[in-house]
Amino acid sequence: MALKNYVLVCGGTGCESSKADEIFQNIKKEIEAHKLQDDVQVIKTGCFGFCEQGPIVKILPEESFYVQVVPEDAKEIVAEHIVKGREVKRLLYVGKDDKRKTDFNKHDIDFYQKQYRIVLRNCGVINPENIDEYIAREGYAALDKVLTSMKPEEVIEEIKKSGLRGRGGAGFPTWMKWDFTKKAEGDVKYIVCNADEGDPGAYMDRSTLEGDPHSVLEAMTIAGFTVGANQGLIYIRAEYPLAIHRLEIAIAQAKEYGLLGKNILGTGFDFDIELRLGAGAFVCGEETALLASIEGKRGMPKPRPPFPAVKGLWDKPTVINNVETYANIAVIILKGGDWFASIGTEKSKGTKVFALTGKVVNSGLIEVPMGITLREIVFDIGGGIKGGKKFKAAQSGGPSGGVITADYLDTPIDYENLQKLGSIMGSGGLIVMDEDDCMVDVAKFYLDFTVDESCGKCAPCRVGGKQLYGLLDKITKGKGEMKDIDNMREISLAMQKASLCQLGGTAPNPVISTLKYFEDEYLEHINEGKCRAGKCKDLMKFEIITDKCVGCTVCARKCPVNAITGEKQKPHVIDQKTCIKCGVCFEACKFKAISRG
Amino acid sequence: MSMVNIKINGTPYTVKSGTSILDAAKEAQINIPTLCYHPDLTPWASCGLCIVKMEGSPKTFRACATAVEEGRSYITHDAEIVKVRKTTLELILSRHPDDCLKCGRNQDCELQRLSAEFGIREVPFEKRLRDIPKDESTASLVFDYEKCVLCGRCAEVCQDMQNVWALEFIGRGFETRVAAAAGVSMADSPCVKCGQCSAHCPVGAIYEKDETAKVWDVLCSAGTCTELMPVVQIAPAVRVAIGESFGYNPGEITTGKLYAALRKLGFKAVFDTNFSADLTIMEEATEFVTRFTKKTEQLPLITSCCPAWIDYLEKYDHDMIAHFSTAKSPQQMLGAMAKTYYADQVKKSAKDIFMVSIMPCTAKKFETIRNDDMSSSGAQDVDVVLTTRELARMLKQAGIDFRNLPEENADSVLGNYTGAGTIFGATGGVMEAALRTAYNFVTGEDLKSVDFNDVRGLDGVKEAVIDIKGTKVNVAVAHGLVNVQYVLDKVAAAKAKGEKLPYDFIEVMACRGGCVGGGGQPYGATDEVRAKRAAGLYTDDEKSVKRCSHQNPEIVAIYDKYLGKPGSEKAHHLLHTHYKARKLYNK
Repeated sequence: MALKNYVLVCGGTGCESSKADEIFQNIKKEIEAHKLQDDVQVIKTGCFGFCEQGPIVKILPEESFYVQVVPEDAKEIVAEHIVKGREVKRLLYVGKDDKRKTDFNKHDIDFYQKQYRIVLRNCGVINPENIDEYIAREGYAALDKVLTSMKPEEVIEEIKKSGLRGRGGAGFPTWMKWDFTKKAEGDVKYIVCNADEGDPGAYMDRSTLEGDPHSVLEAMTIAGFTVGANQGLIYIRAEYPLAIHRLEIAIAQAKEYGLLGKNILGTGFDFDIELRLGAGAFVCGEETALLASIEGKRGMPKPRPPFPAVKGLWDKPTVINNVETYANIAVIILKGGDWFASIGTEKSKGTKVFALTGKVVNSGLIEVPMGITLREIVFDIGGGIKGGKKFKAAQSGGPSGGVITADYLDTPIDYENLQKLGSIMGSGGLIVMDEDDCMVDVAKFYLDFTVDESCGKCAPCRVGGKQLYGLLDKITKGKGEMKDIDNMREISLAMQKASLCQLGGTAPNPVISTLKYFEDEYLEHINEGKCRAGKCKDLMKFEIITDKCVGCTVCARKCPVNAITGEKQKPHVIDQKTCIKCGVCFEACKFKAISRG
Repeated sequence: MSMVNIKINGTPYTVKSGTSILDAAKEAQINIPTLCYHPDLTPWASCGLCIVKMEGSPKTFRACATAVEEGRSYITHDAEIVKVRKTTLELILSRHPDDCLKCGRNQDCELQRLSAEFGIREVPFEKRLRDIPKDESTASLVFDYEKCVLCGRCAEVCQDMQNVWALEFIGRGFETRVAAAAGVSMADSPCVKCGQCSAHCPVGAIYEKDETAKVWDVLCSAGTCTELMPVVQIAPAVRVAIGESFGYNPGEITTGKLYAALRKLGFKAVFDTNFSADLTIMEEATEFVTRFTKKTEQLPLITSCCPAWIDYLEKYDHDMIAHFSTAKSPQQMLGAMAKTYYADQVKKSAKDIFMVSIMPCTAKKFETIRNDDMSSSGAQDVDVVLTTRELARMLKQAGIDFRNLPEENADSVLGNYTGAGTIFGATGGVMEAALRTAYNFVTGEDLKSVDFNDVRGLDGVKEAVIDIKGTKVNVAVAHGLVNVQYVLDKVAAAKAKGEKLPYDFIEVMACRGGCVGGGGQPYGATDEVRAKRAAGLYTDDEKSVKRCSHQNPEIVAIYDKYLGKPGSEKAHHLLHTHYKARKLYNK
């Protein structure tokens, strides 16, 4: 008997933290209260991506796309939509043209129009805790194809044709890693999945694992068959509990179905996958540090060569790929390398998942074809800058990347172009900044992160990062000197050239890149004691413009430290010693009588 | 051995496959600067000074950790490389205190040398020192974390060479430091005090606890300051290494000058630990022959001269404690004999004698207070232990012109030694010395050739079968604690399976090369240096008139006059000790 309705509730971490689970439970309760449990299935899916509008509830077959749902809406959704067949109009997503927008797969919604979902093909579509739903959407068909009709060489050839490159950031050709590992001598080999995503603002891998864990398990098993490994390990940070939970369920279900474990699909091939929980050190995303951590050692990078493909986990040949890389594999096997290679640019094929955050209207998880421009991402998908402000720059590659300025909004995004601009693809964090962002402060923010996350092993990163941060801090506090710029360049060069791993090697990128495009802002801070974005508090001064002040007393009443005094209807005064430069008065004054300089 | 063709700075070279860029450059007469690299260790690659470029690659490579590849062209120096190295060095210096003048490594510091070579006159970066208190909790070592440059050598030595795992990186980022895990003090950690960390430290961050002041106090001239009688003993390995502090080559024997120097310092009697090494052999060989002939459960017998090894076994291998020889180490035996046998002869009491021992070792400082058996004379048997490094400093402070000293002899009745005593300082030496005497104890005859070459040399584990007139004795010699575990595991496996034990007798020395490579020896030990020092001891042995401990006339006399027979009750009271299982962490 066909079901009447399917209710999909987003179970991504963002929506979960906005009470998606409560919404899910409430809807289920309401369905049961109406005794509709045999007609309606309520499913918690992976991330829909449109996090700005979460929590999201979607109802099939009507394709009703409900946004910003709260637990109390469950009653109305069930009573109106399910029982009476009337859409809850107030919850529907409405586009710029005031029209009801529905199916995101059909790109009805502007946020999804320029997206191309390969990696996220099942996110927001299936229940990640039910293997049948994955299988229903061609899940494990690629594994079956590989095990029953392909030779390892053919798998590698297909991936080579696809042009797939590592999505962890560096963009190393995936087929080469597999090929090196396949050809490396070793009685035991390992397949490792790097799920140690840790850039500030990034949640691509987390969402993939939460929304479609089997896509990674299937790909790792294919990799195992291809290179001759029987053991896989997923290194995932412990602070991703939902992803861990769903992976555990997925592994158990795959084993139950004979898709993992001994004699997979009756072919005689054995492959098992275990989870290894990381403690959340950013450096453990670096592959040699990750492997050390799995081995029970402190996560510190080792020099390469030897590369893990030759001497990896427990000194055995090891394939180590990132979550997103794996999530592409099954599709490539099924649709062919040529198909995959038809998407993207000359050297960067396929799609890329980005976590689009910052000052855009629509922040969320997006998947776009390589070669898309930043303008399309920010303005078409992202809906432009919040509050009608001006786009200033976007940071790709997280703390290892650099800024892309307005001049380069139309550059097609791929590995090579980003590098040319002084940034990197990275794992896919994309933070948009507007005119209120101070570029010195931005560089300082990222340095603060990498200084904290440095493993402390090599001197250039450990000491260089700290010194670099110190100089940025000095400049944002108005104490900068011209020689600091030279010193920053010198330290940056030493870090780039002499750091042991890419955490340290790329840590100065935000500094180098902002110095390249926004040197004038640095000079303003140093020479004029001015922060044009009004971000650096030590350089700020709020003053009341006597001519404009009408003495309404609003500022005085709002000031949290009572720094503003004055009689009613007479110009007020800010006591500069007491002022903490919070800017509340500036925002509160209706007469624009407060200057910020 | 396959060869690879490479270019270094444009010039072609052919080197062995697997050679590091660092070593290949050395063959091309180019020294690439290093700070964290040490030939004993797997390159840890932390300092960043040895970076080189490879033509066609945008990356830099660490010369210490990267093997050369066929057809590659490497650039070891250009303007950018030198600039980056200098900046990196300046960064390291920006968090290192500039107190070279007050540092134990002044003029013998790898960082100081690099700073001089790079012509550092000013560090352009903010000084960022970290106020971390020193750890002086053990009797042996001081950890001055402020000076640490985090090269990682000590942690690697502690973990990979010594298998002790007392030192670990803790904290992260700029706050990273090397210290005992979990923030405990070194005394509460598994540290065995071997001091290999201090021997490998490139700067003055880890050093022996300096006790020279205590000795100076007692040595005050003409006995006016003190009624104590200062006497001294020198360990076997000191004589082939202390010369390095006075311009001699490693391995040059300076025994006679050392005796003379110690008398000039003011010691009233100069004894030789080589004598008590002979005494140790008498006790230990007796113990071995007894256990071996009775085939008791305490086989294999394991030597116990090395205090770091004792500490290790008491902490890590509780099951093997019964296998330990109960014989004290030569240092402690000499201390006990000096304060009893010798004291009687000079009509002093144990309390009146101040026994200083000169040791290649930092753990020996700890050994003097290891347990109550170390005070068998009624007073603490050895009062102060100075390492070779400390003595060298004292001799310089005293203005003694070491090189031009006339050679002197040790004092009897604790000064005469045989070749067997002197080789105690090298790995395999205790085994060899014991076998020379055990042969006599079993057969009543002396060996025609006393050389047991199978147990000599720097292989980590040496196994041999010794034929004592048809009876086979299986022996193993291990040095560097990581190698010990292999030997012990083999014994444990045989025991578990009820199979024949692989060994009857095991010698262990904690430090690589044995005491010649001890943690208290002059800095700069490498395998080459250790081999030279050991060769010095074997030369001393060959030149000795008597080469078996039981032939030492002073040994014969001490048993005749004082101890009775080896293993006698008196010998047991003064010359033997006991062991107990201890926890790895005290907290």
